[in-house]
Amino acid sequence: MLGKLDWSAIPFDQPIPLIAGAVVLVAILGVLAWVVVKGHLPYLWREWITSVDHKRIGVMYVLLASVMLLRGGSDAIMMRIQQAVAYQSQGYLPPEHYNQIFSAHGTIMIFFVAMPFVIGLMNLIVPLQLGVRDVAFPTLNSVGFWLTATGALLVNVSLVVGEFARTGWLAFPPLSQLSYSPGVGVDYYAWSLQISGVGTLVAGINLVTTVLKLRTRGMNYLRMPMFCWTTLASNLLIVAAFPILTATLAMLLLDRYLGFHFFTNEAGGNVMMFMNLIWAWGHPEVYILVLPAFGIFSEVVSTFSGKALFGYRSMVLATMAICVISFMVWLHHFFTMGAGPNVNAIFGIASMIIAVPTGVKIYNWLFTMYGGRIRFATPMLWAVGFMVTFIIGGLTGVLVAVPPADFMLHNSMFLVAHFHNVIIGGVLFGAFAGFEYWFPKAFGFRLDERWGKAAFWFTFLGFYVTFIPLYAAGMLGMTRRLQHYDVAAWRPWMLVAAAGMAVLTIGVICQIMQLVVSIRNREALRDRTGDPWDGRSLEWATSSPPPVFNFAFHPDVRGEDAYWDMKIRAQQQLLGHDLPEYHDIDMPRNSPTGFVCAFFATIMGFALIWHIWWMVILGGLGAFATFVAFAWRDHDEYVIPAAEVARIDRANIEERRNLVSMAGAV
Amino acid sequence: MAMTETVGRAHADPHHIGLVIEHPGPAPKRIVTAYGFWVFLLSDIVMFSCFFAAYAVLHGQTADGPKGSEIFEQRNVAIETVCLLLSSFTCGMASIAADTRNRFWFYLGMAVTCALGLIFLAIEFREFADLVARGYGPSRSAFLTAFFSLVGCHGLHVSAGVLWLLTMMAQVFAKGFRADILRRMMCFALFWHALDIIWVAVFSVVYLLGSAV
Repeated sequence: MLGKLDWSAIPFDQPIPLIAGAVVLVAILGVLAWVVVKGHLPYLWREWITSVDHKRIGVMYVLLASVMLLRGGSDAIMMRIQQAVAYQSQGYLPPEHYNQIFSAHGTIMIFFVAMPFVIGLMNLIVPLQLGVRDVAFPTLNSVGFWLTATGALLVNVSLVVGEFARTGWLAFPPLSQLSYSPGVGVDYYAWSLQISGVGTLVAGINLVTTVLKLRTRGMNYLRMPMFCWTTLASNLLIVAAFPILTATLAMLLLDRYLGFHFFTNEAGGNVMMFMNLIWAWGHPEVYILVLPAFGIFSEVVSTFSGKALFGYRSMVLATMAICVISFMVWLHHFFTMGAGPNVNAIFGIASMIIAVPTGVKIYNWLFTMYGGRIRFATPMLWAVGFMVTFIIGGLTGVLVAVPPADFMLHNSMFLVAHFHNVIIGGVLFGAFAGFEYWFPKAFGFRLDERWGKAAFWFTFLGFYVTFIPLYAAGMLGMTRRLQHYDVAAWRPWMLVAAAGMAVLTIGVICQIMQLVVSIRNREALRDRTGDPWDGRSLEWATSSPPPVFNFAFHPDVRGEDAYWDMKIRAQQQLLGHDLPEYHDIDMPRNSPTGFVCAFFATIMGFALIWHIWWMVILGGLGAFATFVAFAWRDHDEYVIPAAEVARIDRANIEERRNLVSMAGAV
Repeated sequence: MAMTETVGRAHADPHHIGLVIEHPGPAPKRIVTAYGFWVFLLSDIVMFSCFFAAYAVLHGQTADGPKGSEIFEQRNVAIETVCLLLSSFTCGMASIAADTRNRFWFYLGMAVTCALGLIFLAIEFREFADLVARGYGPSRSAFLTAFFSLVGCHGLHVSAGVLWLLTMMAQVFAKGFRADILRRMMCFALFWHALDIIWVAVFSVVYLLGSAV
């Protein structure tokens, strides 16, 4: 009846996951109870859960990522403490638990923190920067988000029902095969990623189509803000790479469920094929994450230097070069496989070449700052911190791109330090910069600068104190994923890293405090004009938060830095004397399709993990029925009358006119 | 379809290119939908390419089991191919009928497409069932694993296509040739033709090359 599921799935003998699970459950139930008691549920359902507005979906993506960041961060704290205490002892985490923690940490941080964070920011900002009213496929956008949330939910369910994978975040066979991992851990891993992978693919298709087909008048390719370019490149990579992940995990699941022989040791299966396939996805994946961050830094550096981006065209070229070359370096993840000196040399050289366009970008940002009137607001601090940190990570990357060096450093703590150096220094700093920079646009008030700067400095310093010691430990021969060790020389570095983790934790607390303080002082921090940073691209041309239709008119773009250009012209004519004639606007109607679909996907995923076949069929039928019901609806749009559009738009124009005339008076 | 391009001066173009072609603005819905679906099809083809790659790597790994030339029946594969290619033609007819709002030819075209698709699936199912009965199931060897997965993945796509086809017929029956339904029909047609292209590759790589060995 319930497949493999019974009471033994709940780890009653392990206090840590049980308590953690209980805390999460109480928190979720508490929030739910508060929402219901306060009567917010209808609002939440109407305005958020069923919303197909790209801004709302973007905010929900970022919220999901932030919550999962706390989960993944807790895993990180536990690992650092374990390695600090497990010198010549077993530490406090038994091996099977420790293995689950590092697997969950990697899986969560990549798939459910970094991915939703960058996809959320792209969702929120790209349509605004392109001067359009929504993404290409609004309802599909909602489906994509909720499927990602389903994946995150399943990973967290594994905390208390069953177990998570003990295989590392990429579940290499033969360890991940049924014979070596007979439990449900790998199944939780694979099905969560399959479901959220569909969500990611949907988001990728949506954003590629949006950038290529939905741009406002005059928004030629070479006038798009840099963030739109990096979004395009990143989402092209999603479309080209995520199907590889889907196929690879499908093969692994076929091996596990139906006794196929893709990656087995017997009957001619080929384990190294898994390595090739998973990294053919995995390497583009790191560029999927870091390219949007590059876009964010381009916007931030240009805005806070008060200058147009230096070398815009070389930046476009560098972005697209990275997009292409990222598919030609995957083998550097397993030089030690023994593919032969020629193959290793080619991939080593390709890996070094991909650092060239990245270097071009660094110089462009530096030259953008050069001679600029720089304001060191919080987003700019993250950008400068990124440049310093990312160069170090990039240099150690070029180092391990040399095959003989890699033979020494493969799977050592040096590697762990390297990829945290680029992912934290690149993606996470970028996500935080984007969060600080665009928060006023999403919510209509700025974030508190003092707490923001404190968060930056603690995170920045904490990062170095945590991860530079890992480079040293790697040089001393420490391999990754050690549950305990007996080498005295590693101990001091692990203690320093644990101390660094404490500093990083203070950074996270500052970030949370910043949010709390800012929400409390929101009236004082209110952004009335929609342009709090003196921005240059079109998202600042509308109010904060933007009306549901974003723009009363599709803006007319005449060049790069579209909004900067408009502001200069507006100052000359004191902003729009001739008020235009407003028209009705058609907007897509909200739809519960995404939520309902994800509900059935959750049921189906859970049933597949536990081999509850009747429930699998039930979930599948439910999802299909949802789609048919969606296809059957007669009205997919509603009309915002011209009078309403005029009222909203005029209020914003009034605020801006006040600003311009005030500036004129000064 | 306001895809006419206007030529104007780029006032704030810092590179002083001078005359540039101005982007005309957001594309109409029909273009956007078809474009997005093309992007999806490309991603689907990437997924198939992984199964093709796996087949290329594993096709010699027979583990003392049968080789391709011992189990492939060219007559059946020829019939399957004819069915699919013909169904693409009838699907095209149904698309034209939908564009001209002709219900009779639309239903006829779709019904024949559906029948051909089902015949294809029946033959494939019989081939699979026969192989499993002879002990040559997918767990026999890595070669058979790759074969069943690649061909089966295509078969699953055809099955999903048949389900979609029936849903499309029901939609036209209930709602008529509305603009959104015509867009969906266009996507369905693209999907069905793409499956044909993939089948041509399956036919060549698996059955033709495999029979020669």
